[in-house]
Amino acid sequence: MEAVFITIAVLAVLGCVAAVILYFVSQKFKVYEDPKIGEVEEVLPGANCGGCGFAGCHAMAEALAKADDISALSCPVGGSAVMSQVAAILGKSVAESAPKLAVVRCSGCTVGENANRQKTLSYDGAKSCAIASTHFAGDTACSYGCLGLGDCVKVCQFNAIKVNPETGLAEVDEAKCVACGACAKACPKQIIEIRDKGRVVKDQARRVWVSCVNKDKGAVAMKACKSSCIGCGKCAKVCKFEAITIEGNVAHIDNDKCKACGMCINECPKKAILATFEPPVKPAPKPAETPAPTEQKVAAAEVNKPDQQ
Amino acid sequence: MNTLTVSPSPHVHSSDSVKRNMYGVVIALLPALAASLWFFGLGALTVLLTSIVSCVLIEFLIQKFVLKVPTTITDGSAAVTGLILAFNLPAGLPLWIVVVGALVAIGIGKMTFGGLGQNIANPAILGRVFLLVSFPAQMTTWPVPGDADGATGATPLGLLKEGGVGALSNLQTSDLLYGNIGGSLGEVAAICLIIGGLFLIFAKIITWHIPVSILATVAIFSGILWGVDPTTYADPMFHILTGGMLLGAFFMATDYVTSPMSHSGMIVYGVGIGLITMLIRTFGAYPEGMSFAILIMNIVTPLINTYCKPKRFGEVVKK
Amino acid sequence: MLKTFSIGGIHPEENKLSAGNALKQFKLPADIKEVKIPVAQHIGAPAQPVVAVGDDVRVGQVIAQAGGFVSANIHAPFSGKVKKIEATTGDDGKPAMMITIAIEGDEWVETIDRSAGIKREITLSAEEIVKKIGEMGIVGMGGARFPAQVKLAVKPGQAQALIINGVECEPYLTADHRLMLEKSEEVLIGVKILMKAIGVSEAFIGIENNKKDAIDLLSKLAAGYPGIHVQPLKMKYPQGGEKQLIDACIGRQVASGALPISVGAVVQNVGTAFAVYEAVQKNKPLIERVVCVTGKPLQNPTNFWARIGTPVKALIEAAGGIPEDCEKIIGGGPMMGRAFANIDVPIHKGSSGILLMSKEESKRGEIANCIRCAKCVSVCPMGLEPFLLSKVSAKSLWDMAEENHIADCIECGSCSFTCPSNRPLLDYIRLGKGKVMGIMRARAAAAKAAAEAAKPAEEKK
Repeated sequence: MEAVFITIAVLAVLGCVAAVILYFVSQKFKVYEDPKIGEVEEVLPGANCGGCGFAGCHAMAEALAKADDISALSCPVGGSAVMSQVAAILGKSVAESAPKLAVVRCSGCTVGENANRQKTLSYDGAKSCAIASTHFAGDTACSYGCLGLGDCVKVCQFNAIKVNPETGLAEVDEAKCVACGACAKACPKQIIEIRDKGRVVKDQARRVWVSCVNKDKGAVAMKACKSSCIGCGKCAKVCKFEAITIEGNVAHIDNDKCKACGMCINECPKKAILATFEPPVKPAPKPAETPAPTEQKVAAAEVNKPDQQ
Repeated sequence: MNTLTVSPSPHVHSSDSVKRNMYGVVIALLPALAASLWFFGLGALTVLLTSIVSCVLIEFLIQKFVLKVPTTITDGSAAVTGLILAFNLPAGLPLWIVVVGALVAIGIGKMTFGGLGQNIANPAILGRVFLLVSFPAQMTTWPVPGDADGATGATPLGLLKEGGVGALSNLQTSDLLYGNIGGSLGEVAAICLIIGGLFLIFAKIITWHIPVSILATVAIFSGILWGVDPTTYADPMFHILTGGMLLGAFFMATDYVTSPMSHSGMIVYGVGIGLITMLIRTFGAYPEGMSFAILIMNIVTPLINTYCKPKRFGEVVKK
Repeated sequence: MLKTFSIGGIHPEENKLSAGNALKQFKLPADIKEVKIPVAQHIGAPAQPVVAVGDDVRVGQVIAQAGGFVSANIHAPFSGKVKKIEATTGDDGKPAMMITIAIEGDEWVETIDRSAGIKREITLSAEEIVKKIGEMGIVGMGGARFPAQVKLAVKPGQAQALIINGVECEPYLTADHRLMLEKSEEVLIGVKILMKAIGVSEAFIGIENNKKDAIDLLSKLAAGYPGIHVQPLKMKYPQGGEKQLIDACIGRQVASGALPISVGAVVQNVGTAFAVYEAVQKNKPLIERVVCVTGKPLQNPTNFWARIGTPVKALIEAAGGIPEDCEKIIGGGPMMGRAFANIDVPIHKGSSGILLMSKEESKRGEIANCIRCAKCVSVCPMGLEPFLLSKVSAKSLWDMAEENHIADCIECGSCSFTCPSNRPLLDYIRLGKGKVMGIMRARAAAAKAAAEAAKPAEEKK
């Protein structure tokens, strides 16, 4: 019985001594931090993705608390909702920004008999786009297209981008993508673009983009891939909002000017312009001469039905 | 012509592989294996087979059903763990204890860390030490070599611990060399272990740094003590030839995964093992300290790797 | 005991298939009507074309001029009409600027001495030699293609020894070996010229022990050239690395980030020595070189004398054509050469070899876990830790890569060659080295800019 009491007493004394030491240590090494930083960090998503340009959410919170004007800072993951919460905590104002997402600008499927790009080489090295691209231009005739080795997949913290084994191309999962831009930075071919999600009509975000970055001259690009942009400029001519420019043999649609009318989609002879909605019917369209690209995503498949009208 | 292949240089590879190294270790252990069968007969064979089979099987089952990853049992690393574990067990040990040892070695020592190359401590030694502290009676029941009647005796180090140097008067150095002593399966035949160890060095599976630094440290440490008082302390030759010293120095401390990467680090590691072993043997409660010494230095290895960097080219500029 | 470098090294299979085959002059087949000459045939800035489409050019005429301090002139290797100056697909599949010449006849510039005799007397002064070498577009012929005149521009008294690289430690390649055997006299005169250019009295020709015939022949002839020593070396890859060769020959180690001249050494290849002989004594620019076309699947491995701009395909054709089981074609040796992504390209000044490989030989093994065997550490000739560098590069930890001296890596490939787990160590290390070097350069540039910005402020005070 005595042993039990001694044990309890020893433990109690030890506990008290430890508590006193801890108290003094914590006083001695206390670091003052603006309590608002903690509050801001609470509302930030906590993914530490670095999409804002800072090392993590804590660094972002510090920057937000410190800055007088936070309109230049934005959390791509949380979007406007989080930023307005942050603004409320700090008593600062923030501009509304449109939701964005990553778009892979390549439809050059490399797998199967109907591949848009046929493999001309095989690559046998470390599975990294960055390494492969320092050694050669790519394993198909197109030297601009997706290598499919998944550097974008490795850097994505949200599991939102994958290389589809059926096409050999990187694909973005719209529901998961937060547009942090990590994949766009990681892609050595600079195929991934952060674009506006688009105006939502009937639960669907309407957006249009050129799914190719091939800067080769028309004839070369034509030969390299069935779904390449050849820089013919037909889309730019048909666009009523001057949203499309041709630079370096490749078309680009300006996010801000595009009204997602879809006029350019059927105009493209190579079906290189993709959209998330059914393109408007063109009077008496010619049947497409070039075979449609293999189904890349539901949206893409919907675009490629010009023959049914 | 086929489609051309593009790959970064180099475009050729040596014939070296994980398999070559692992089966090289198995080959190097064969002489000691033969000696153990010769001295301990069936009791050794059952322990050996149980240990190897259970190690390989446990690795297979964990990879197949728990981790659901491709199995890697063909690379030979599990077999080597099984073999070395068995070498550290006394012949005639109840087989269920051997299986428990294999489970700890592979299951806890290796697979929990992520399999081959990821573990921080040598799995076989972990298994052995677990058994030693859990089943001390069974683990220190040493059959007498060549005695089929199941008589048991003590190991030379046990004799030393119990009775001091005087208890060793009947032991001949030749008995230590050929293995005519009590002990675990693989540690008894010193000459076979030396042959195997030299094979490993000449086949470039291991480098000399670890074994030589361990043995040299042990020789110097015990030499000093012996020089001071030969009636209390055993001679260096005795320390080197007994208690799994050679097995540990050539086969266990040199385990790739848990030993340092640079040559200087290997020497620090070897000296550490030698010192700790001798401290345990001379001043500790256990008669034998090799396993503990290796385990302790295994844990220190990441630290050694941080501080003992290889000598870089041009670091010391000669003018 | 033969000399060799002190840290690491490996012993790959030699496979010197074409060592016994004499040099063969390559004649361009009649059906090849035009050749492409790349303007970037050297390390540094690409040369600037100085001819226009439609111009007539003669063999040896300058068609592109050095585009900077580290750059080299390019001369027409064939005579004819300039047809195109435009970017076409290079050997890696990326665009490369090339000058296309439609071949007409074989007219040479008159100043080139085309006589067969050997000219021994060196008449030019040191400065004239360096200037001449620059004019003639000589670059390092071992494969690195560093403009030769830049390395030779040393301050008087700075250099103490000239080291000539006759090691050819890459498996398969025999270009330098044959050159030393068949043009020995010219090589030695070239060495003499280089010695005069940098003002040293001693030169060491390092040759690995597998080329005993070359060692014997050059030793015998070198007796007539005081100051030139033939240094037999123990076989070990990568002995041909500049720093390794200096260590092997004169036992001095160049510090991290320093140039060979810091230990008083200048290194040139035997091929460069021969090119220097031709440039200085015969007034002939660098328009030809030895190309070793070799490989196990190839019918007749051959050492060709071929003009720059000769299509790679034509050379392979002349050596027996591309066999069925050929899987990989490499420009250079198997350890450091680059695999061609496009073989519709010409040879350039650094094309020491064209190597054909079958699938069995070149296919990489399946990657397994790192077993931390430390073999990569043991073989690294720079004393680095490849396993660590590869890991931190794969994880983009550039700070850690720099701390562990990734910039010292010479990309010799010994680590990947040795790895029992077939890990692509060098692939990642090369990536990391590129990134870290970029970061270091940016930092140096920023520091320089900051220093310059601070200067006027101080002056004002």
